[in-house]
Amino acid sequence: MLSVKHNEPVEFTEEMLGKFAEIVARYPEGRQKSALLPILHEVQAVYGWLSVPAMDSVAAYLNLEPIEVYEVATFYTMFFLQPPGKFVLEVCRTGPCCLVGAERIMAHIEQRLGVKEGEVTPDGLFSWRGVECMAACGYGPVLQIGPEYTFYENLTEEKIDKLIDELKNKAEGRELTAES
Amino acid sequence: MARKLLLTHIDVPGIQTFDVYRQKGGYRAVEKALKTLTPDEVVEEVKASGLRGRGGAGFPTGMKWSFLAKPEGVPRYLVCNADESEPGTFKDRYLMTHIPHALIEGMIVSSYALGANTSYIYVRGEMMPQIRILERAIAEAKNAGFLGKDILGTGYNLELYVQPGGGAYICGEETALLESLEGKRGNPRIKPPFPAVSGLYNCPTVVNNVESIAATVPIINDGGAEYAKIGVGRSTGTKLISAGGNVNKPGVYEIELGVPVEEFIYSDEYCGGIANGKRLKAVVAGGSSVPILPANLILKTLNGEPRLMTYESLADGGFQSGTMLGSGGFIAFDEDQCIVRNTWNFSRFYHHESCGQCSPCREGTGWLEKVLHNIEYGHGSSSDIDLLVNVAKNIEGNTICPLGDAAAWPVASAIRHFRDEFEWHVSHGQEAQHRNYGLAHYADPLEPVA
Amino acid sequence: MADRGNDMAEDVKLKVTIDGIPVEVAPGTTIMNAARQIGGDVVPPAMCYYSKLEGSGGKCRTCLVKVSKGSEKDPRPMPKLVASCRTTVMDGMEVQNITSPEVLEARKGVVEFLLINHPLDCPICDQAGECHLQDLSYQHGLADTRYEFERRTFDKIDIGDKIQLHMTRCILCYRCVMVADQLTPQRVHGVLGRGDAAEISTYIKKAVDNEFSGNMIDVCPVGALTDKTFRFKNRVWFTKPVEAHRDCPTCSGKVTLWYKGEEVLRVTARKDTYGEAEEFICNTCRFDKKATADWVIEGPRKVKRTSVISANHYEQFNPPPVVKKNLALQEANKEQLERTERLLP
Repeated sequence: MLSVKHNEPVEFTEEMLGKFAEIVARYPEGRQKSALLPILHEVQAVYGWLSVPAMDSVAAYLNLEPIEVYEVATFYTMFFLQPPGKFVLEVCRTGPCCLVGAERIMAHIEQRLGVKEGEVTPDGLFSWRGVECMAACGYGPVLQIGPEYTFYENLTEEKIDKLIDELKNKAEGRELTAES
Repeated sequence: MARKLLLTHIDVPGIQTFDVYRQKGGYRAVEKALKTLTPDEVVEEVKASGLRGRGGAGFPTGMKWSFLAKPEGVPRYLVCNADESEPGTFKDRYLMTHIPHALIEGMIVSSYALGANTSYIYVRGEMMPQIRILERAIAEAKNAGFLGKDILGTGYNLELYVQPGGGAYICGEETALLESLEGKRGNPRIKPPFPAVSGLYNCPTVVNNVESIAATVPIINDGGAEYAKIGVGRSTGTKLISAGGNVNKPGVYEIELGVPVEEFIYSDEYCGGIANGKRLKAVVAGGSSVPILPANLILKTLNGEPRLMTYESLADGGFQSGTMLGSGGFIAFDEDQCIVRNTWNFSRFYHHESCGQCSPCREGTGWLEKVLHNIEYGHGSSSDIDLLVNVAKNIEGNTICPLGDAAAWPVASAIRHFRDEFEWHVSHGQEAQHRNYGLAHYADPLEPVA
Repeated sequence: MADRGNDMAEDVKLKVTIDGIPVEVAPGTTIMNAARQIGGDVVPPAMCYYSKLEGSGGKCRTCLVKVSKGSEKDPRPMPKLVASCRTTVMDGMEVQNITSPEVLEARKGVVEFLLINHPLDCPICDQAGECHLQDLSYQHGLADTRYEFERRTFDKIDIGDKIQLHMTRCILCYRCVMVADQLTPQRVHGVLGRGDAAEISTYIKKAVDNEFSGNMIDVCPVGALTDKTFRFKNRVWFTKPVEAHRDCPTCSGKVTLWYKGEEVLRVTARKDTYGEAEEFICNTCRFDKKATADWVIEGPRKVKRTSVISANHYEQFNPPPVVKKNLALQEANKEQLERTERLLP
């Protein structure tokens, strides 16, 4: 994932622009604003979050006022307006999952990562938050990790420990290949 | 074994793929509709089937389709509501994950019936894996000539696209969904005009739930009259029920409408009883928005009749002693669950998901949550309980969209049926922090109602 | 309407009855506007609807009314209360506003919702005296509050040197957003966030500044957007409104000047009975023309009944009983008591 500082201008790669064009083509002419949510997802998948310059660039691409993008990005909970951890563990906190132990799972994640909900671990690798119903109530407790929203179900404390270890290894592995 | 229409081939290996789905008789409905039926005849079949909207409202699908305005030269749209977010409901996720072509096939049939040449499936953004599955299925169907230009040589054109949401329960409300699909904030529109007249891009639009659209496939294959033979009265056909909470076998079950609730909970064909040998305390039968019922009232109506899984039977007794089938999100609570805590949790959900557009919902949902939080954490007072009832009443019916009602009903019904427990939380604030009110003061679930 | 069967289609009138008072209106008219044709008490209050802003209304829910008869053709009542500003009338429709206890009860609830997070900082608010929320709470609210939680606050943001934003007072009517969309070339502010965290903001620090942005102040029903050039200068009820105009190249130039002595403290659009600007004005007229010499004076402005500016001009004066017993108080209120006596049948 690239990281963007708050005021650094953002320039989309050819690959991203190709994808954007493909998305815009789904809607009738003049209705390119419809592409806003899918494009914001694409941008967040690349940069990890939505910085102001990133949103301004999307606005320029879709011929919108920047405020129209801010309005949308702040309405939907999936968009990060501050840099989160590299891996964001999003645990369902709604009723049915709580009946089967979601609160215990969240407490365990908090203790294991040593950061409160919404905070980022010092190494920048993890953050976590409770999210509302993920429509997976029969498999609770559940969590998801973006940008592909990989899904983990029937969670236990042991599964969480294993997952966090795996993600740590994955991150370290990737960093090694980047250096070599 | 009950008859299955949607999940017939769910266990067939590779049913996710076009080839296997086709081998198992998939896309016959498209062939039949496009080659042998006029669009109006398809609408008539759906009307004859008695199919009712499976997203929660239960409005007859065929009738909804017949309201669609058809002005000359104006495109019409079909939008599939796959923004499944109602707590307790996970059937659409299941269907899209395991048998995506059932939805694609239904989309083609339904789009044809409505005269739509571009249709969208609006999937909640968190279901990114399902979005990928559907995109793959669409590509396969297009490759096989079931989508695109001149489908099966009939001259009918259809493009189908998947649109991701961004994380907002409110986008399950059809006009909020359309706003979102137009790239805006998910603020529900003020109605009228209804989408059938002015929907997506101000054009006539039908918005249907995933399951409703998938159900058009067996309806076209076997005929609407055949579909209508299943079920009881005006509750025809099969319904996907998402069973969750404290049952032995949570999961998605396709039932014939009319199965007794007691059988659904206790039979091994379905939920297999309450987990860990505990007793049933309460059920939310149709997703978090519908009134919660204590065990005795969910199993039997106030008249002592066995309660059935139908729109009518679940609603028997109105809001005093009944509930609703809703989206089929069936949440069972065992004897150790705390109704106050769950009500607070649901309230937090609606507070979090209110779009903030109209005042009763924007202000009222937060108020409900805060008062319930106080009661749950031992800081409540006895007047708080009546306050909750009154605030819920002031929200209900006075908002732009049904989210206001959805926020009010769980609170009102929990207090109606479990008032003792709320009062105990207030009078035993400290004790309630470490002990549960349990089932002690409630009627035995299997005893008839006094 | 058989007697007018030969009339042109545009002359078709629909008959609607509001609180027992019949009125004939053109097709497409909303219940709200039909009520405004009747005028007086049957007009529902409006906090978000603004007749000059397209798409406004439906959000605040203060104008909810009961449709007790849908139409002549389909006399069934509507199942829920409806927003009168967004519901069009049908021929033969019967509407209950102040004659329906259900409506008054619901309205009281809505007013309470609008107030639970309102700071009630009227003593330091420049809008006091011409605030629609103040009027609404006097007319429909409860005297005390049942809300025991901390009121909502927001981070303060600066939107330029002309307009002061107090987000805590905002009721999210969206009128200012519509002004920016419909009157100005580029909107830089909007509603951000959602639910009860939704706020009017520019997201990043940005001045809201263009030729017509000042109209955001006039359309704001509360003190969320006020005139920075008038900030803390005076209470509106101590100022005297005077109609004036100038030959403005940008707008109609028809304004109200608000005088304190010889000094023009504030310039606003002229507002009608419902507090709506009769014509929108430009920022030059509003912010830069504050000398009497800039204007052609037409005469004093007739003050609205709903305004505290007219506190001493109510047509009828109902003195508290103590006034009748106390000679000094009778003397102090002499002028009004005499007027009331004249007006009584």
